[in-house]
Amino acid sequence: MPYIPHTAEDVRAMLDRIGVDAIESLFDEIPRALRVEELAGVPAALSEMEVSRLAAARADQDGRRLNFIGAGAYEHHIPAPVWALATRGEIYSAYTPYQAEASQGTLQMMYEFQSMIAGLTAMDVANASLYDGASALAEACLMAVRAHRRSKSARILMPSTVNPVWRRVAGVITEGQGLVLEPVPYDPARGVIDATVLERFQGQDLTAIVIQQPNYFGQLEDAEALTRFARANGALVIAAVNPVSLALLTPPGEWGEGGADIACGDAQPFGVPLSSGGPYVGFMACRMEHVRQMPGRIAGRTVDLDGKNGYTLTLQAREQHIRRGKATSNICTNQGLLMTAATIHLALLGPAGLERVAGACAARTRELVASLTALPGVRAAFAGPRFHEAVLQFGRPVAPLLEALAAAGIVGGHDLSRDYPELGHALLVCATETRTAEDIEHYARTLARLT
Amino acid sequence: MNRTEPLIFELSQPGRGATAQYPAAAASGIPETFHRRRRPPLPEVSELQAVRHYTRLSQLNFGIDTHFYPLGSCTMKYNPRVCNSLAMLPGFLGRHPLAPDATGQGMLGCLFELQEMLRHVTGMASVSLTPMAGAQGEFAGVAMIRAYHRARGDTARNEIIVPDAAHGTNPATATMCGMKVREIASLPDGDVDLAALDAALSPATAGIMLTNPSTLGVFERRIVEIAKKVHAAGGLLYYDGANLNAILGKVRPGDMGFDVIHMNLHKTFSTPHGGGGPGSGAVGVGKRLLPYRPVPVVAQDGDRYRWLDERDLPESIGRLSGFMGNTGVLLRAWVYMRILGAAGMRRVAEYSTLNANYLLARLTEAGFDAAYPGRRASHEFIITLKRTARETGVTAMDFAKRLLDHGYHAPTTYFPLLVPECLLIEPTETETREELDGFVDALAAIRREAANDAATVKAAPHTMPVRRLDDVRAARQLDVAWKPASP
Amino acid sequence: MSDIPDDLRYTKSHEWVRTLPDGSVEIGITDHAQQSLGDLVFVEVPEAGRVLAAGDGCAIVESVKAASDVYSPLGGEVIAGNAQLASQPELINQDPYGQGWILRLKPSGRAADVPLDAAGYAAEIATGS
Repeated sequence: MPYIPHTAEDVRAMLDRIGVDAIESLFDEIPRALRVEELAGVPAALSEMEVSRLAAARADQDGRRLNFIGAGAYEHHIPAPVWALATRGEIYSAYTPYQAEASQGTLQMMYEFQSMIAGLTAMDVANASLYDGASALAEACLMAVRAHRRSKSARILMPSTVNPVWRRVAGVITEGQGLVLEPVPYDPARGVIDATVLERFQGQDLTAIVIQQPNYFGQLEDAEALTRFARANGALVIAAVNPVSLALLTPPGEWGEGGADIACGDAQPFGVPLSSGGPYVGFMACRMEHVRQMPGRIAGRTVDLDGKNGYTLTLQAREQHIRRGKATSNICTNQGLLMTAATIHLALLGPAGLERVAGACAARTRELVASLTALPGVRAAFAGPRFHEAVLQFGRPVAPLLEALAAAGIVGGHDLSRDYPELGHALLVCATETRTAEDIEHYARTLARLT
Repeated sequence: MNRTEPLIFELSQPGRGATAQYPAAAASGIPETFHRRRRPPLPEVSELQAVRHYTRLSQLNFGIDTHFYPLGSCTMKYNPRVCNSLAMLPGFLGRHPLAPDATGQGMLGCLFELQEMLRHVTGMASVSLTPMAGAQGEFAGVAMIRAYHRARGDTARNEIIVPDAAHGTNPATATMCGMKVREIASLPDGDVDLAALDAALSPATAGIMLTNPSTLGVFERRIVEIAKKVHAAGGLLYYDGANLNAILGKVRPGDMGFDVIHMNLHKTFSTPHGGGGPGSGAVGVGKRLLPYRPVPVVAQDGDRYRWLDERDLPESIGRLSGFMGNTGVLLRAWVYMRILGAAGMRRVAEYSTLNANYLLARLTEAGFDAAYPGRRASHEFIITLKRTARETGVTAMDFAKRLLDHGYHAPTTYFPLLVPECLLIEPTETETREELDGFVDALAAIRREAANDAATVKAAPHTMPVRRLDDVRAARQLDVAWKPASP
Repeated sequence: MSDIPDDLRYTKSHEWVRTLPDGSVEIGITDHAQQSLGDLVFVEVPEAGRVLAAGDGCAIVESVKAASDVYSPLGGEVIAGNAQLASQPELINQDPYGQGWILRLKPSGRAADVPLDAAGYAAEIATGS
């Protein structure tokens, strides 16, 4: 019996102790008519060897292709120690640190993660992670409404330069609470929020504005000016940031006058593999004055009975297990394991390593854009500075191109025609430090052959 | 033995680093005006320092791999190692979520099989794997109930009924979905009070959220009657899968009359808890809710698999994550289910129930008080230490802390809130009889100690890396992030 | 035993009301309530100018393990919340009827209409616990 240790003798002795004759008798409170005798549709058991062979065949089938997509999930080098450590049984098989004295490892890692995120974003405090970047943005919108009591509109400006899937997720999660997520168009020449459009919102009751930096197109927004606009109009600022970029770019805590109020994003680029979409690791940081409105777990440093430093979950009265229907969110878990991976990843890279990664990403993307736009019929959609993604426009539909590229072993980018039909045949591409000059050349040559 | 570890920041020296991990330096080309003025305050340590630091931190933890962990309602069973090693095969890890479906047929095949297995084991019409945790599964479930009523023009239904024994997420979820929460009482035997249910049902009822077996560790015997009443009132039934382990393969939520369920794959299907996540909260729906499933969902088209999205399911409640949920967690659950197979699914319920009832019998013999005597335990049960607390002043929390000294993780304490001084104990099917016997001996020893030397129990734990922590100070003098000394 | 001053009015939900010389009222939570909550770590008080109906949630008191709403025993307009509680929530533990007051209200009703006197409240908590 896989993973069940009972011998026949154990079962007999245990049933005797309980005072029943068969295991089946233990289910006698369940109405007979409801019980099922067999499970059609669930296959018979496999041994570990058999399932390993099956899984390996399927993983091989998916293979490894040369990837040039970002769009919210980024391929980076993951140092070997990250997962060797994160999958240690003491981390992997532990639960939420409710018994603090037996969970100091997890709690201290939470505290270190919070410190790293607070430092990267230049915000006062961070939580110990949320599910992913998209749901973190949704939670940030709900949090802004709670935090900004004077604003009655629950109206949040959600520019079209914000990741369209994140916008959709924010819509789904906030709908029940009556939030209004108002689109703001972008400047078609530069692919950033059109500041002149914001003027039309002047003097209105706005709860918050979301600024994604770098934005979905990879372009750099004028976060300074946008934050100043928000301040002048009494709106909070929600920053959605790529955490790798923060090695180079002005952190949300230092935007405009006084900085952003809430910063969120996905820390997947820190040690978390692409893995077809998850699990990833959302993060959220905020100014101290809003900390009680922040959802999710938070570890705090305190002292024990002997005055020795130790860590414990804190501000738990905000959470569902105490506040029930009045909690800040229904969230119970964080993404503990991924948070651990991200923490170890950042400890290994440090400020110098992360700065090199960010620099290399920007450099490789510049080279990629240069190589591809050298081909006839391919042009960059937007002018202006960018980080590690770019929108390219083609003279013909990109979907068939992507299929042909995939057949040639290249995952060439993300087709934008559904989310941004106005951009025509547009492709969002990305190159991180993991792409070499040869990779980029190979992509350009293959594309030239196909076009 | 000094078993504390400094913060990684305290090990840092300017100019040090794990340089084998650095890429070659390259100029970013980003204009100066966008640059941050100071480097982020991240630690600067060698690779060995980092490895040693996180290894040592791990050693300060209890995990299933190191200790018996009978945390009620959390199903802390063995997480087979093979589930992890196969989910981390490079072919699965390296694929970008937006790469064409043609490049992910292996992964999609596994996920499709998982959907099918979950559908059959729960008796639902269809499963969506996308919610990233139990709480998100709950959210999806209540959002689907809302969408169902709305689509019928039945817009006055804005109340969700929740028994008082429910986990706090149930009311929190209902509130997030814009619903009003109506709590109803439980009877002294742990079942739902049908008179209270009758009084709560009305044309405003959108649905009811139930956990069965309940958080009180007993099976709701009149579930069929409850389902009839709720349906007759025009409401739908939501099944919180927190305790699915207790009935896996023995009785199915779909057959009980539930319209929508969530499953915690990190409980019943043994994916790791990881120090508090990632979870995975797949949802199953009955026929009425099919159109509203959260996207994406895996479909089989001939011999190919593909994701169904908003174009295929235009009435879907939509997306809950940036891509498709926690794929890596889903792959682990797939491995687990394939190894267990149909017979193994049923054994999960059988042996977890056997272990719980054995432990309850032994503890009762040892003089502990069951909160619901005369009821069968499901895969978990509650004992109340009210008597000991009154006689000795030693509380359930003190027992929990002292258990750590005996080498056992504590059961869930002070939940459910209905039972005073309670321990909610869930041994799971993967523990041996010897382990359970040792746990009984430890609890009995603590009770003797409470009578003779209450001070020692009240000051526990004595053998952990730290003693009891000052929670009040942690909340009043909030210190939640290390900051560098000001220059 | 918890302290229940004779000169105040009480609610079943453990709030007290004191009438001040200028006709305004002061509201807080009882000694019994602060004892059962334990060490308070956070108090949210209402802003001046807010108009409350009797029974409205007007403040939140939080300990490490519990959070509880405070309900206004009377309707009226908030004159002030106790700003000191932001940095010193423990004032409620130390002095629930004095420095631990939570808000002052210009009431629309009379304090005498608050249901319980000291004896009534004492009987209430005796049966409740």
